Amino acid sequence: MEEVRQILEELDWSPLFISLKTGIVATIISFFLGIFAARKVMKASRGKKAVIDGILTLPMVLPPTVAGFFLLLLFSRRRPLGEFLFDEFGFKVVQTWLGCIIAATVIAFPLMYRNARAAMEQIDANLIYAGRTLGMSDTKIFWKIIVPTAGPGIASGTILTFARALGEYGATSMLAGNIPGKTGTISQKIAMVIQDGDYLTAGVWVVIVIIIAFVVIFLMNLISGSKMKHIGRW
Amino acid sequence: MSISVDVHRKLESFQLDISFRSDSRRIGILGASGCGKSMTLKSIAGIETPDDGRIEIEGRVLFDKAEKVNLKPQKRNVGYLFQNYALFPTMSVEKNIAAGLRGSREEKEEKVRQMVEKFRLEGLEKRLPGHLSGGQQQRVALARIMAYEPDVILLDEPFSALDMYLKDQLQKELIEMLEDYKGTVIMVSHNRDEVYRFSEELLVIDQGKIVVSGETKEIFRNPVIREAARLTGCKNFSRVRRIDSHTLEAEDWGITVCTKAEIPEYTTWIGYRAHDFIPVWNADRVEGDSAPVWDADSAKGDSDWEPARPACGNGANLLKLDLESVAELPFERNYYLKQGICWFVQREKIGRLEERGLPDYLELAEDKMLFLR
Repeated sequence: MEEVRQILEELDWSPLFISLKTGIVATIISFFLGIFAARKVMKASRGKKAVIDGILTLPMVLPPTVAGFFLLLLFSRRRPLGEFLFDEFGFKVVQTWLGCIIAATVIAFPLMYRNARAAMEQIDANLIYAGRTLGMSDTKIFWKIIVPTAGPGIASGTILTFARALGEYGATSMLAGNIPGKTGTISQKIAMVIQDGDYLTAGVWVVIVIIIAFVVIFLMNLISGSKMKHIGRW
Repeated sequence: MSISVDVHRKLESFQLDISFRSDSRRIGILGASGCGKSMTLKSIAGIETPDDGRIEIEGRVLFDKAEKVNLKPQKRNVGYLFQNYALFPTMSVEKNIAAGLRGSREEKEEKVRQMVEKFRLEGLEKRLPGHLSGGQQQRVALARIMAYEPDVILLDEPFSALDMYLKDQLQKELIEMLEDYKGTVIMVSHNRDEVYRFSEELLVIDQGKIVVSGETKEIFRNPVIREAARLTGCKNFSRVRRIDSHTLEAEDWGITVCTKAEIPEYTTWIGYRAHDFIPVWNADRVEGDSAPVWDADSAKGDSDWEPARPACGNGANLLKLDLESVAELPFERNYYLKQGICWFVQREKIGRLEERGLPDYLELAEDKMLFLR
C-alpha cells in the first residue's frame, strides 16, 4: 500500500492527459467524418459502395502496425505528402501529438462510420420522404431527423470510437512514438514500464484506464438513455 | 381545382401507365397491393421520378419530361399522409407540426397553436409520437400536413395498418377533418369500403393501368370491367356465351340468364354480388323436365326478399343450391356453393332462412346483374 501511495505521489500524469486529449479530439473528428462518410456511402451506387466501404473499414481489420506502416509512408517528411504539409503549413506529423491524433482517428474512425451507417440504414425511408414533402431541406432533414433518429446507433458508435482511440497503441507508437510529455499515451506508458519490470506502476495505470472506461460508458448510457425515450422497451 | 397526371414508369413486373385529369375534390384510387397506385402517388409528390409524363396541379407544372421540369418534393407543395404516418420519432407533437414551417418563431408558434386546437391535440404538445394512440398519431400527421398548407393532399393507404374497430372511427375522423380543406385530396387504397366512403371520383387500377374511371357510385353500380367489379367487391363471375340480345349462357354456372332489357354487346362475363341473390323455395319440377317452375305464390309476400319474376323460360336465372360449406360470421352467414358461388346472407335475414330451411334455388335479379368484359 505504501508503495502504491509513493507511486501515486511521484506519478507523472502526462500520459493521462495526452490519452484523454487524443481520445476526445479523435472522437470528435471521427464523429463528423464517420456520419458524413456513412451518408456518402449510403448514396453511392452498389459497385462504388463496396469499394469505398472496404477502404474505410480496412483500418479496423488490419493490424494497427500495418496501418501505422501506411501512415508513416504517407506522412514521413521524406514523402511527398509529409513534405508538402511541412513546407506549406509547418505541420509535423511523425513523432508529434498530431501524429497521435491521426493514428487514433484512422484506427477508431471505422467504428464510428460502421455504426452510424448501420443505424441510418435502419431509418424508415418514409421519414425522409415526409421531411421532403414538408419542404425541409436535405441538410435540415439530415441533422433534425436522421441523426436524432439514428441516435442510439450513433451514440454506441461514439462510445466505441472513444474507447478505441483512447487505447490505441500500435499505430500511435509507430507514427507518433513514445515521447514522454508529448506523445506518451497511457497504453504506451504501460507497455514501457512493463518492459522495465515495474508491474506496480503498470497496475496503477491499468486501474486508471479501467476507471476512465467505466465513467465514459456510464456517462454515454446516461445521455443516450435520456434522449432515447421514444424507443420502446422489450 | 384541377389536377392532371400522366405518368409512365417501368416497374419490376409491369409497366406503369397512369393518365387522368380531374376537377373533383375527392379522388379515390382503388387497386390490389402492388398494382402501382402508391408509385403514382409518390410520383405526384416527387418522391419517385417517372420515366416519362407530365404532372400539373392548378396550372402549376410539377413534372414534365419533355420540358425537363422536375420540381423537388420540397417545392411541390403536396401533402403526403403515409400509411404509418411517418411522424418524426424524436420530435414532440409540436415540433413535428412545426417541422416544415417557415417564418419567425412567433409565426410558427401561432400556426402550431392553431393546428393543435383544430386537431384537438391540446395537452399532447410535448408528447413524443411513440406515446400517442393511433388516432392521435393520425391527427398529428394531418395537422403537420395542414400547417404546411399544401395544394393537394395525398393519402397513401391511410387505414390499412389499423384494426377494424379503429379503422371505422379514424375514417370518420379523417373525412370530417378534411371537410373544410379546399384543395384536392387523392386517396389510394385497396379497400373498396374506404374509397366508396371517401371519394367522389374513382380510378380503378390493375397491373399499372387504369381499368375504369368515373363517378364512384356509378362504378360500383356498373363496373363494366371484370377486374373493376372484382375490386369493388363482386365475388361471383362466370364466362358467358351470348345467345341473343336478351339471353346468355353462363358457362361456369351452367345456367341460362334472361333479361328484359338488352344485354350490352361487349358482354363476355357476368358478375353477381354475393349479397344480391334471392332464395327460392318450393320450385317444383315439372314432370320430365329438370328445370324448376317458378312458384309465384311461395315467393310473394316474403318481405325479406323482393320477389322477382324471371324474364323468360323456366329455369332461367336460377342456380341450384348445391351447398359445399357454410361460414358463420358475426353479422352474416356465408354459403359456398359447389359451383364456386358465394352467397352472403345478412344477420337480419338469417332467421327467415332458419324458419323455411335452405332454399332450393338462388335467383339472380336482373337489375343486380353486372355485365362485364
